[in-house]
Amino acid sequence: MSSNLPDITATEFNYFHICQRKLWLFSHDIEMERESDAVLMGKLIHENSYQREKKEILIDGLVKIDFMDGEGVHEVKKSDSMEDAHVWQVLYYVYILRKKGVEVNKGVINYPKQKRTVEIEYTPEKEAEIERKLVEVEKVRQSQDPPATLVSKICRKCAYEEFCFA
Amino acid sequence: MKRNYYLLKNSRIRRKDNTICLEYENGEKKNLPIEDVEAFYLFGEMDLNTKLLNFLSQEKIPLHVFNYYGYYSGSYYPREYLNSGFVLVNQVEAYKNPEKRLEIARELITGASHNILCNLKYYQNRRAGLEGHIEEIEKYKNKLPEVSCIMELMAWEGHIRDRYYESFNDFLDLPEPYKKRVKRPPDNMLNALISFGNSLMYATVLGEIYHTQLNPTISYLHEPGNRRFSLSLDISEVFKPLIVDHVIFKLINTRMLSEKDFDQDANCCYLSENGRKIFIREYDERLSTTIKHRHLKRNVSYRRLIRMECYKIEKTIVGDAEYKAFQAWW
Repeated sequence: MSSNLPDITATEFNYFHICQRKLWLFSHDIEMERESDAVLMGKLIHENSYQREKKEILIDGLVKIDFMDGEGVHEVKKSDSMEDAHVWQVLYYVYILRKKGVEVNKGVINYPKQKRTVEIEYTPEKEAEIERKLVEVEKVRQSQDPPATLVSKICRKCAYEEFCFA
Repeated sequence: MKRNYYLLKNSRIRRKDNTICLEYENGEKKNLPIEDVEAFYLFGEMDLNTKLLNFLSQEKIPLHVFNYYGYYSGSYYPREYLNSGFVLVNQVEAYKNPEKRLEIARELITGASHNILCNLKYYQNRRAGLEGHIEEIEKYKNKLPEVSCIMELMAWEGHIRDRYYESFNDFLDLPEPYKKRVKRPPDNMLNALISFGNSLMYATVLGEIYHTQLNPTISYLHEPGNRRFSLSLDISEVFKPLIVDHVIFKLINTRMLSEKDFDQDANCCYLSENGRKIFIREYDERLSTTIKHRHLKRNVSYRRLIRMECYKIEKTIVGDAEYKAFQAWW
């Protein structure tokens, strides 16, 4: 862990908002084979949108930013069904960048398929909220046993579905 | 859904750009899209090079080799890509903890014997004379909860299997009565079919383990081997009655195979090339047969059930859920 940066990745921070079990499994390197069509679709959208921008900026092996411009940090997503998690993910990027001394105040989520963007202002309240959440993420990661299965309709599209319900 | 490719004819298999090219001895060529391949099973005499193996590694495709007699020789098991130190440590710990190990091993045999009984009960309605066998196997199965070590468990498993194979005489139209299980080399048609089917099963399960974090050498029922991927043997136990035996019953009772599909000499018996072809076709069809999964509430193939069995073992060893082996409910 370098200086005052947390060692929580953006993926983990995102999963925290979707399913704590998913976060726990992922942080224990229990990943699923990537074979779903939704994953492939997301990858293609990622590769084919905003081709003029400099893409994928990796910061300290912690977060990988899709791209940045005068507006702020951009994150490209396939579908807005997990919007809350996306919002916090992009805010986390801003948080990390500010820790590194970069003055950013805004996050933008692009949904090219829906031709829609969402802009999020970064505020001290949100910063405090992120720091509170980071403590929670760490608690989940450190827990001895995996958190219980969510049993929700989002499970149907999750790569871990067969793992959880086998 | 990706497919298994079973290559029986002698040929050269090579990478051609980003596809797989098969060149047969008669000059005929065939191209396979790599996205479609789950695994290769090589039965013929094949020529291949490291360029192909590198390509298979990159695409995460295992390749299983069988010898002249259709006996499993080994696998090209590509570099692991789903590594988890956490899972590995737990897998080893579960093995080293006698209670945990016995718990998993017992469940494997319980599931296997349930599935064996399920096969027999199916035929009980059609053929008389199976009651005795079923009763006896149920008696052995009831001993399983009491066993206190792996040795004892293995002994009951042996009794169950002996009795099970013996019962084949009562519902299969065998050309000669079945006496006992003989391997390396098999001595008659039925033994040849069992050996061949189990070889296929072993490779199939190994291919599924590859796509999980589990290490194939650390097992619970079988002793972790230094020459075998013994976890594959463990998980095979549960599915052999449902997949391999089912195929055998069908092939014999519908007379899809006859004596001319076997190569026999003094004291050994093997499937001929044509016999293998028929067997593999049925085997692969069985693997892709789907059933409605009770928890997922959608159709899953038998092959997928094997993968999910791996997940269940993984869940047990990381302390998530008690292991319950797959038991047919029909």
